[in-house]
Amino acid sequence: MSKHNLLSNRRYVIAAILVIVSLVYVVQLFNLQVLSPQFRGYADRNAQFRRTLNPARGAIYDRNGRLLVFNQPTYDVMMVTREVARQPFDTLDFINTLNISKERFLELNETMRDRRRNPGFTSFTPQVFMQRLSVEEYGLLQEKRYKFPGIYTQLRSERQYNYPNMGQLLGYVQEVDRNQMERDPYYALGDFAGRTGIERSYEEVLRGEKGVEILLRDAHGRIQGSFRDGAEDRAPVSGKDLTLSIDIDLQAYGELLMSNKVGAVVMIEPKTGEILAMVSAPTYDPSLLTGRDLGANFTMLRRNPFLPLNNRAVGGFYPPGSTFKVPLAAAFLGDGVITAETRFSCYGGFAPMGGRPGCRSHPSPLGVQLSTAVSCNSFLCFALSNMLRDRSRFPSSTEGYDKLREYLLELGFGRRLGVDLPSENPGFIPPSSFYVERHGLGWHPHNIISIALGQGEITISPLQGANAAAMVANRGYFYIPHVVREIRGGTLDRSYTTRQTSRVESQHFELLARGMADAVTIGTATGINLSYLGITVAGKTGTAENHRGDSHSLFMGFAPVEDPQVAIFVIVENATFGARNAVPVARLMLQKYLKGEISEGDKWLEEQLINRVILPPIYLRGLPAEERNLNLWTQIPRQR
Amino acid sequence: MTHLDDNNIMAEKGRIDWFTVIIYLIFITLGWLNIYAASFDLESRTELFSLSGRAGMQLVWMSTALVLAFILVKIDVAFYETYALVFYLLGIGLLVLTLFVAANVRGSESFLDIGPIRIQPAEFMKFLIALALAKVFNTYGFNLMERKNLLLVSGLILLPLIIVILQKETGTALVYLVFIFVLYREGLPGGILFMGFAAIVYFVLGIKYSEVQWGMFSQGEVMVIILIIIFTAGMVFSYMKRKSVSVFIFLAAGSIFLGAFVLSKFELEIDWGLTALIALSVVVLYLIYLFIRFRKRTYLYILLFTIGSFVFLESVEYAFEEILEPHQKIRIEVLLGMKEDLRGAGYHVHQSKIAIGSGGLLGKGFLSGTQTKLNYIPDQDTDFIFCTIGEEHGFVGSTAVMLLFVIFILRLLYIAERQTSVFGRVYGYGVVSIFMFHLIINVGMVIGIMPVIGIPLPFFSYGGSSLWGFTILLFILLRIDKARKRGNFR
Repeated sequence: MSKHNLLSNRRYVIAAILVIVSLVYVVQLFNLQVLSPQFRGYADRNAQFRRTLNPARGAIYDRNGRLLVFNQPTYDVMMVTREVARQPFDTLDFINTLNISKERFLELNETMRDRRRNPGFTSFTPQVFMQRLSVEEYGLLQEKRYKFPGIYTQLRSERQYNYPNMGQLLGYVQEVDRNQMERDPYYALGDFAGRTGIERSYEEVLRGEKGVEILLRDAHGRIQGSFRDGAEDRAPVSGKDLTLSIDIDLQAYGELLMSNKVGAVVMIEPKTGEILAMVSAPTYDPSLLTGRDLGANFTMLRRNPFLPLNNRAVGGFYPPGSTFKVPLAAAFLGDGVITAETRFSCYGGFAPMGGRPGCRSHPSPLGVQLSTAVSCNSFLCFALSNMLRDRSRFPSSTEGYDKLREYLLELGFGRRLGVDLPSENPGFIPPSSFYVERHGLGWHPHNIISIALGQGEITISPLQGANAAAMVANRGYFYIPHVVREIRGGTLDRSYTTRQTSRVESQHFELLARGMADAVTIGTATGINLSYLGITVAGKTGTAENHRGDSHSLFMGFAPVEDPQVAIFVIVENATFGARNAVPVARLMLQKYLKGEISEGDKWLEEQLINRVILPPIYLRGLPAEERNLNLWTQIPRQR
Repeated sequence: MTHLDDNNIMAEKGRIDWFTVIIYLIFITLGWLNIYAASFDLESRTELFSLSGRAGMQLVWMSTALVLAFILVKIDVAFYETYALVFYLLGIGLLVLTLFVAANVRGSESFLDIGPIRIQPAEFMKFLIALALAKVFNTYGFNLMERKNLLLVSGLILLPLIIVILQKETGTALVYLVFIFVLYREGLPGGILFMGFAAIVYFVLGIKYSEVQWGMFSQGEVMVIILIIIFTAGMVFSYMKRKSVSVFIFLAAGSIFLGAFVLSKFELEIDWGLTALIALSVVVLYLIYLFIRFRKRTYLYILLFTIGSFVFLESVEYAFEEILEPHQKIRIEVLLGMKEDLRGAGYHVHQSKIAIGSGGLLGKGFLSGTQTKLNYIPDQDTDFIFCTIGEEHGFVGSTAVMLLFVIFILRLLYIAERQTSVFGRVYGYGVVSIFMFHLIINVGMVIGIMPVIGIPLPFFSYGGSSLWGFTILLFILLRIDKARKRGNFR
């Protein structure tokens, strides 16, 4: 009996084992579930897959509503390697359909599987095998896709261009690099962003806003549905469309005229500051920098010695030559050192410096209006000299020059105007310290007399030149030039609709406008006289000496004189006299814009100009001998 | 006639133990809902009752199990007792047959396809062994400690165990070992159970701390040697009731270590392994002296335990390093926390801990667990079903299930103990042991305390064989319990 009871008590041992072990388990459960909050995060990281939904990038239209830039769907070939491996797969047929070689197939396959290049590779999910199929290639593949298990296609969008013009102005988009991603957390690997031109300056408007979709992902990386039925998803917001102020016909015509020349043409609507055309020659077709060949084409363009990637209209800087006499005269009139009545005598040169710089023969003495018309050098030399030497107002030339510089900056030189394009060049109006350093404290205006001729150290951008013309056309004010006229569904920066003025009064500009009009009728710019078409033109030519070869040919003007519709600035590099090349370009551009066509009488000029080749040899400096042949770089003018 | 009537009245008076039946019903219902949750497909949103889903199929298993339970309860108890050994032999036959014709299901060759139904004979073998043991123990005048009987009983357990191991179903085979608890209840010396416990402790400590070397032995070995000395002293105390001897063992071993410790303070390089070996040797010599002096065989047995422990320790080290396959080694190393291998051997348990841990206090809610829905845990609705409970119902839910299991098993223990026949009691203890083993191993593995041994959680894990197996196991006990003779105060 006692033996039995002893054994019967063993049930307590068994019960104790059960209870103790269970208690240990409950403690472990408490430890895992209550004391270890990190497991919740692990589970979420396991299960939630945030897929970015990319918004459509905004389209770009010209001022007349013609579509310039849009998104074209292209297709990526996706492969689920696990599915491909499981079923019979006709590789030969596949590579023939895609029109790739066997080597290329192997290479693509290896790239896809290489986790260093494709960190997200798994054999369960679609992986990018080949990028950017055209619609035709996509069609071919799609027809046969039933034969290729495990092959899928994925839509992506790519920039497309309706016109082969103004590559620099539009800019291009490219995959963001690490720097960009670090600067702006919006970007992720594989995102596209504008690199230059409008695509860059309006990047935040065009790109829209990404959406996100939270999906549930299983242990094999397969998507199993959406998280909380999409309650926390966010739809993407498409980028806004832009309407440019550019007239694409005018732009294309300008590029045609500038074929095989180097330089820039900028046309502005004075009443609004809208840029009508912005030609930078040579230019390139923007569709070169999109799609599969972007890399190769970019290299090709970058290696072109004439630098087609540069937008010379905003980024170029040139000595303005005589075109600068107009803003200089405005500054002097505003300062009061000269008035409408002031006359200086000129006998073929600036007498105080022994007839240097020289001047052409014209009646003397002349006031500001007529000296503008005949582009008298001495008049501006006297005005400059008198202003800087006015000891009643300025203790030394330095203070006088500082005052002049203030006026020039107000007139839109020596600083960035704030155009809505990247890499604007501010030009150069030297500060007085520059001259003090060079000529000593007691420097004399004669030391810098060349700036009266728009030479010396002064440089301006073509945009600043056109803006100055617009200011004269408006008789004293301008709007900051801009290429985007309207952000559809958004508002333009207010600075573009705010009138910019200077201390120079309106009547002084009227005087200069008349002087420029006289230049066209009786002065140095008669080559642009369009009176037979009923258009009055005001203009000023320039021939800027430079250290890069022949003088640059420049023209600055506006039309019609009474009610200006357009202001223009033209620079043709190393093309000698302003009247020789810049004036004809401007003549044709004005006709094209104001009349819509070229008169019969000017057809010969048009043809001759288009076919004129003025490629400055200096650009070939440093090239290998066999490439130093201008004929190699001459292109057939592209008629549209 | 009177006697017969009397007997009949007794039988009619017997009631099925409804308490257990209700817990059983709660278990299978909870199990069914959790299988639905674990196999719930987010895309297709399977219906609870759809036969194409796992939950729908489980419903079929459940209803057939209930029918089965009803039939089992209706059958006369004598039937089980009479044919216990016949069933056992049939079971063995089926196991052997399976060995030859089994389909290979994920490496296991334990499944038998009968028409559209796939059963696992090893599952049913559990209750057949329990029945057979009950039958054997019920023999008049049976004494377990007789060698013939010990061999017979061991054979009954080990024969199916070996066949099942051959079927590559090691987990289920290990379940059969749990019948040692039955033997323990029926008179197997507690020392043997203790030795089993000691062996596990030696193994865990010896392997886990085998990487730091303390002189001639590893850190783990030194710890185990100290433990052997303590166990030895404890055995002397509990079997010989001689306090002074145990105290002397402690003092002798302790002073050796203390001496070594004092020496180490004098900047002497102490070989702790050697120190432990010297201490152990002193204890062994002392035991030999005691045996020669008092001529008591118990000293000899204790001596054998001490030396055997040491030999076991050394052979375990050797076996672990030289005999185990690398993947088995890694499994054990991961479990003991010596290595992290979250993508390989540790993946399963790591993910299962994430599932349970992410449930928090109250859980994510029914059908809202992501770990289990998204297949991060293999076998999520069979062996790892407890993850779903932990993830969706949190600490509260998983503790509740644990508690229910403890109550359930304690109830079965109570039932087993109240049996008036040896047959009923032995069978009852068999049932208790099997449920206990499944609970401890399954939950322990899911929460990362036990090694990954693929055995189901009773009534919760998906599968017809396992549900039927546990139902049969349970309801035969309830049937026996119903028929027990009452009012017979012994």
